[in-house]
Amino acid sequence: MTYLAKSPWIIHYDASSCNGCDIEILACLTPMYDVERFGIINTGNPKHADIFVVTGSVNEQNREVILNIYNQMPEPKAVVAVGICATSGGVFRECYNVAGGIDKLIPVDVYVMGCAARPESIIDGIVTAWGILEEKRKNMPAVPATTENHHPHKNHNHTAGGAQ
Amino acid sequence: MINILWAIIFVLVAPIIGGLVCGIDRKVTAHMQGRVGPSVFQPFYDVGKLFEKENAVVNETQIFYVVCYIVFMIFTGALFYAGGDLLLVIFALTLAQIFLVLGAFAAYSPYSYVGAERELLQIMAYEPMVILTAVGMFVATRSFNVADIAATTTPVVLLIPGIFLGFLYTLTIKLRKSPFDISTSHHAHQEIVKGVTTEFSGPTLGLIEITHWYETVFLLGFIYLFFGWNPLLGVVAVVVLYLFEILIDNTNARVRWQLAVKSSWLIAVIAGVINLAALYFLMGGVS
Repeated sequence: MTYLAKSPWIIHYDASSCNGCDIEILACLTPMYDVERFGIINTGNPKHADIFVVTGSVNEQNREVILNIYNQMPEPKAVVAVGICATSGGVFRECYNVAGGIDKLIPVDVYVMGCAARPESIIDGIVTAWGILEEKRKNMPAVPATTENHHPHKNHNHTAGGAQ
Repeated sequence: MINILWAIIFVLVAPIIGGLVCGIDRKVTAHMQGRVGPSVFQPFYDVGKLFEKENAVVNETQIFYVVCYIVFMIFTGALFYAGGDLLLVIFALTLAQIFLVLGAFAAYSPYSYVGAERELLQIMAYEPMVILTAVGMFVATRSFNVADIAATTTPVVLLIPGIFLGFLYTLTIKLRKSPFDISTSHHAHQEIVKGVTTEFSGPTLGLIEITHWYETVFLLGFIYLFFGWNPLLGVVAVVVLYLFEILIDNTNARVRWQLAVKSSWLIAVIAGVINLAALYFLMGGVS
């Protein structure tokens, strides 16, 4: 029995888009769509989040930020790329400063299409991510991470105190 | 005097009641905001989920402090429901809270630090009023023992209405509700990231949630104490006042910490001390 599907907490990050998709994510939280009825909570803290919802494409400015948020999230975690920019770079794909979709940097589990993505399809994407979370939970090592098999610098910035 | 059975019942049943109260709180809040809201069992799903997550900690001592936090909170509530000394209950409550602050200070993080400092300010804000409440109950019933206060035939709330109002004011701080949710909040999910709980994740955060359930049930018992002479009225008062707290939570914006500390001390001095002085002279001094 697993509770992951009943309480997916999300953290959203607007990488480098026109902000349209990000506004649609916030629209999901309003009384009109009310994602809290599924137990979805919009956290502002990667350490509390289960699903990383990214809009916009990767560029040199936000590469570090995306990696940092992703690495601070405890396992199991899923990434949902929302909007055409996050999935492939969209119309900005060939810009000199754009590296492409989010999957150029971190593993993406669900791609949500649209420009801007509709709140309904964003919710659908997050619902799809529940199943992936449960699958990842099943494949997690039974023994918790120790100093031997754990990569402090890669995962949590222990030396820097964990806040950065 | 001490009733062990009630203490055991508290330890076993309080998380269930506390979790349900939190779930109903979220449902009522959602309806007040024109939303459907989550299931009333949502807090249990959330904590269940947190225990399924990786236990990523910044510092091992964090876990130690959080375990102390939950142990002393359970001790507080168990002693209270067993009918123990109210003063000891209040001191244990403060100690539990201090462990949470230490846990937040254990991670070298600006957000965690801000949360911890704000938590200390909150403790400063409510502590005088809570101690005045214990003194007021002693003057009204001539006993510090919860068992005696709960079984008294004196209408406590009518003797110390000022203290009751002051206690209600600080109850908003204790329940982490707006306008005094300055260190961390249940409904606003991202102000100064997440206050004291910023650096906790997974099972450790789950323990903090469970501790909050114990605390909620303990505080509901504290409200009941004011109406101990009439059990039915007591239960009605607990329900009505908790719904009132939800209403306050949803209709108020957060205040600055300065106002939170100043106003709760002012209320403690005006409502609490005057009430106590009046009672003292009317009852011809403490014998």
